[in-house]
Amino acid sequence: MDFSFTKQQEMVRKVVSEFAKNEVEPGADDRDLTGEFPEDIVRKMAGLGMMGIPYPKEYGGAGGDYISYILAVEELSKVCASTGVILSAHTSLCCYPISKWGTEEQKKKYLVPLAKGEKLGAFGLTEPNAGTDAATQQTVATLEGDHYVLNGSKIFITNGGKADVYVIFAMTDESKGNHGISAFIVEKDFKGFSIGKIEDKMGINASSTAELVFEDCIVPKENLLGDEGRGFAMANPLPSSPKYAKERQQFGRPIGKFQGIKWYVADMATRVQEAKMLVYRAAWKKQVGKMKSTDAAYAKLCASEAAMYVTTKAVQIFGGYGYIKDYPVERYMRDAKITEIYEGTSEVQKMVISGSLL
Amino acid sequence: MNIVVLIKQVPDTNEVRIDPKTKTLIRKGVPSIINPEDKNAVEQALTLKQKYGGEVNVVTMGPPQADVALREALAMGADKGFLITDRFFGGADTYATAKTLSTTIKTVFPDFDLVLCGRQAIDGDTAQVGPQTAEQLGVPQVTYAKEVEVSGNKLTVTREVEDGYEVIELTTPALLTVVKDANQPRYPSISGIFDAYEVDVKKITNDDLKLEREELGLKGSPTKVVATTTPDTQRKGEVFTGNPKECCGNLIDRLNQRHLI
Repeated sequence: MDFSFTKQQEMVRKVVSEFAKNEVEPGADDRDLTGEFPEDIVRKMAGLGMMGIPYPKEYGGAGGDYISYILAVEELSKVCASTGVILSAHTSLCCYPISKWGTEEQKKKYLVPLAKGEKLGAFGLTEPNAGTDAATQQTVATLEGDHYVLNGSKIFITNGGKADVYVIFAMTDESKGNHGISAFIVEKDFKGFSIGKIEDKMGINASSTAELVFEDCIVPKENLLGDEGRGFAMANPLPSSPKYAKERQQFGRPIGKFQGIKWYVADMATRVQEAKMLVYRAAWKKQVGKMKSTDAAYAKLCASEAAMYVTTKAVQIFGGYGYIKDYPVERYMRDAKITEIYEGTSEVQKMVISGSLL
Repeated sequence: MNIVVLIKQVPDTNEVRIDPKTKTLIRKGVPSIINPEDKNAVEQALTLKQKYGGEVNVVTMGPPQADVALREALAMGADKGFLITDRFFGGADTYATAKTLSTTIKTVFPDFDLVLCGRQAIDGDTAQVGPQTAEQLGVPQVTYAKEVEVSGNKLTVTREVEDGYEVIELTTPALLTVVKDANQPRYPSISGIFDAYEVDVKKITNDDLKLEREELGLKGSPTKVVATTTPDTQRKGEVFTGNPKECCGNLIDRLNQRHLI
């Protein structure tokens, strides 16, 4: 067994870490307050090839691997979870289905500008009455000659309103349930497509979360992604405290000298290590084509619960200062909460895991 | 324009701690980086290439693991990397280093137009290797270069000095040492990182340079480091007792005694 990163992966981590500290971290607190989408940062990331790390060069990507991509998301999320989620929604949720199920023409037309970062991507599955349970989709697509007509709406769509290209799921045959769902590539300017409510969230405030509305939206037939009825397969969910503890003095010594705090810090570090192992393993399995849905579920469940545990304990260690906005730890905690909810809640991950065991 | 950039891999001094007992740097676990001002030199070279065309060759002397520094420069956009590595080169001072570098340049890049170096390295802080290399190459040099303009074989260089700038004209071939204010080094692109590991970095040993053993490494170094010490920064604090008025009075007296106010 070899747990070491390749030299390329090490350098990707180092470069993205420098970029994150210099370019992303400085405005992160302000963007959390204002909800301003980091367009400038996304443009810079595009210039550096970060928007298509795991995709081949001939399709506009960096020609890298999934672990490098995961390391980039990790380094960005350390300083700004919003930037991390903008990148992961774009790369995993929009680029991936097009790279996996798209025709050569679709890849040339959509994956190339997406992976180059000239265009931003999003993914629309969730509806008021259909989240992970995709079969209850109410958005419908009807074939009329050379195009489909989409009607319905999607909610909680990451990058919604900012993206240029959307992978959208809709029922083409309601009688078939899960097997009646199809996927479409929808451009932001398609007639009948508009952006509805922009959500005001608890965290990841600099990322956009919006409602998508389809009113007799015309989608050319050639924008059907994969075959009709294959949508369900695609929609299956893809998957600073120690320093303060040394500085903060109480009862005449740094709080890091107290055993209670030491235990917290050790537990936090251990949870992070556990999460990293499972996430890197899932990325590696994806790279070598061996990933099962349980691998992603283990990683997603462990990492999001670790994020919540660690950020909550960080607020505790900071005490009163942890609860006010002078320090970024309260932002970390608010940002972390969504990871237990989006892209399949922790409960859904447990369903996947227990389903494979029982 | 045929440009050679000399870079050095150094420990990231932001991360370096000093062993309180031995007074030496604790290098274990400290990440290695391209010396910051050498990155400015790489950026300068890439900018000149974009403007005037040509080739950017990056050269480093060091142990085999200095390969990473060359790959990073390649990922930034340099064309070729060269690693000068041989156990005979170990322990070199600035004179022996400049000898090895200048011999490499004469041997591998006889038709060079410009050699660019960083002003100085953050580990040794001597700022000597660039100037000494220029002397040994027998070419004109400008240190502390901030701006460079090219017109044919004429260079116009703005040089940072303590109280302003000097503008100096010289002709190629030449050597410049670049300061950090010259530019903002670009980030390597992610695709550049994967490309950088697809190409070969050429290794240069003394078999290529054919220098005498006495001219190399520790043997060829007139400088001898006798001892390294670090100043003791621990100062004894003094606690004043009494009421606030007495304490302030004592504090002002003490500051007066030391001529601090």
